[in-house]
Amino acid sequence: MKNLFREVLWPLVAVLAAFVVGGIIILILGDNPLTAYGWLLSSSFGSAKDIGWTLHYATPLIFTGLAVAVAFRCGLLNIGAEGQLYVAAFATAWVGMKFGGVATKVVGEGTAIADLPAIVLIPLCILTAVVVGGIWGAIPGILRAKFGSHEVINTIMLNFIGIALVSYFTQYYYKIPGDPIMQTANIGEAAHIPQLNQFLPFIPKDVPLNLSFIIAIVMCVLIYVFLWKTKWGYELRAVGQNASAAEYGGINPKKQIILAMTLSGALAGMVAIGEVMGTRHNYYDGFSAEWGFLGIAVALLGRNHPVGVFIAAIFFGVLLRGEIFVDAFTAKVSKDLGWVLQAIIILFVACFQKFTKR
Amino acid sequence: MGEILTIALLFSALRLATPLIFAALGGLFSERSGVINIALEGLMLAGAFTAAVTTYQFQNPYLGFVFGILAGGLLAYVYAIACIKFEADQVVAGMAINFLMIGLPALISGAVYDSSGSTPQIDKVDQLPNYFNNVSLASIIALLLIPICWYVMYKTPFGLRIRAAGENPQAADAAGINVLKLRYVAVIISGVLAGAGGAYLSIGQSSLFTRNMTAGRGFIALAALILAKWRPVPVLIACLFFGFTEAIAIQVQGASWAKIGGEDIPVQFIQMIPYVLTIIVLAGFIGLSRAPKALGIPYRKEN
Repeated sequence: MKNLFREVLWPLVAVLAAFVVGGIIILILGDNPLTAYGWLLSSSFGSAKDIGWTLHYATPLIFTGLAVAVAFRCGLLNIGAEGQLYVAAFATAWVGMKFGGVATKVVGEGTAIADLPAIVLIPLCILTAVVVGGIWGAIPGILRAKFGSHEVINTIMLNFIGIALVSYFTQYYYKIPGDPIMQTANIGEAAHIPQLNQFLPFIPKDVPLNLSFIIAIVMCVLIYVFLWKTKWGYELRAVGQNASAAEYGGINPKKQIILAMTLSGALAGMVAIGEVMGTRHNYYDGFSAEWGFLGIAVALLGRNHPVGVFIAAIFFGVLLRGEIFVDAFTAKVSKDLGWVLQAIIILFVACFQKFTKR
Repeated sequence: MGEILTIALLFSALRLATPLIFAALGGLFSERSGVINIALEGLMLAGAFTAAVTTYQFQNPYLGFVFGILAGGLLAYVYAIACIKFEADQVVAGMAINFLMIGLPALISGAVYDSSGSTPQIDKVDQLPNYFNNVSLASIIALLLIPICWYVMYKTPFGLRIRAAGENPQAADAAGINVLKLRYVAVIISGVLAGAGGAYLSIGQSSLFTRNMTAGRGFIALAALILAKWRPVPVLIACLFFGFTEAIAIQVQGASWAKIGGEDIPVQFIQMIPYVLTIIVLAGFIGLSRAPKALGIPYRKEN
């Protein structure tokens, strides 16, 4: 109980401190911080619709937060969730088009491969997101395990490479000629996942919350079970706590590093489920709102625990939803307040970690 | 293909390499002292924004350049406090600095100039001056910094101490060196240099600050630093090479000569070169690239 208190206390202090610093900045800019924070809260929790939107914004962050947390638990810092979700999103859109009967009139190939029914196509698309994200995550894992090269630098590099790669494919093969936006054609309708308001009547019609939110909750549970109730999860955490001790105890750290990074990439790739199959129904350039990087903040604030990640993701969902309203209803404060608050929170959490370790 | 290697392209490469040289040399000081610097991107943005605002307000690019440098140094001091005093995870704290500099300049310029996307345009005459064949004053400074940094790093007691703090802080401490103070100084120098690189972007290469205008250059500078194995002269070569690939990437777009077998050379593949090369070098395929031994490890004095 005392442990839990300490786990929760410092993240809360960090958040409060960040709001104080943010409030001072708002004051200097010439606005009333209480008005700004009032809008932040009322626009994200004020009504059923607002809550729905907040959860919608939180969903990709649950996936990326879990992704970073799993890697963290193995002692690895995955800065590459952004690249992982980009390649996964493109691949998912590709499968959704090609196997969804979309005969896109694009450069190169114009015909669909198959026109699968939803019951086959949806699992196939989800599998694509998981596998492709997993592969992009496995690369830095293998590089770390085999050559000892640091995953932080490699994942940063793979972000740029992955984003450039899918930008190339979009531009040269899957962009509809004449379309000014760099985007693919829409995926087949059979690949669309259901909106939650279709079967949950209490969710308002204009809330874009989709099945991916449920999948995100399920993943929180599964990752908890994996990390704390299975042998593999135990070994993964053992490597994270002390790699050489784990190796002495008969655990192969290299295997665990590759496993953790693959799993991390797969979780990041799952962002594609909600965004490609649920919200936009295609892939487009500049697809992510820096979800991969925000995942680092979410994991950190959530103390790398699935429950913490879930709560932290919703907190960041509040910022993402609320900043739009703060921008619109205050004279001086723009949407960028969210970025500033996030940055200060990360900085404080990172600094306070010194006190939680003891 | 002969059209590729024009003098104009080489000058373009130097222009594009200039912010990278500043930032990578900055990273050199910080990392050689044992502090990872993922924050180069944010430090550059601080310099770029402050330089653009100061130059616009006072119509003086030199003042703008100096203020850009100061802003970089000041932000680096914040970063140093987090990393050295609070022993925060250096990569995480660095990312926080980068995030802050995506939001804060936009927040300020939104409130002051009513435009969160960019600061107001600076007159052409108020930009940093160019000499000879369009070589910016900043490029000349950057080139001069290479031998200076080399000299400081290898021929002065200060440089020796920095390297000692990054390789073996315990031994350095035992020899009477104040490791923590030295790391503070090194990180602030890295902010000063990265700030200069950013300032050149907003008041030399262009005439205003735009949101996130570094567009990953801080990370490319970091890649150049790794490629150069944390040494000043190879840093110059790596940065010029990356500047060159960027110059080619700009020229390739829509150019008639840029074809292989009748197909366009996709610009994305040229843009990827620095990143792919860094991964290859880090994996040890082109000789061993060894980071300073104590890189990323907070130093705690034992009593």
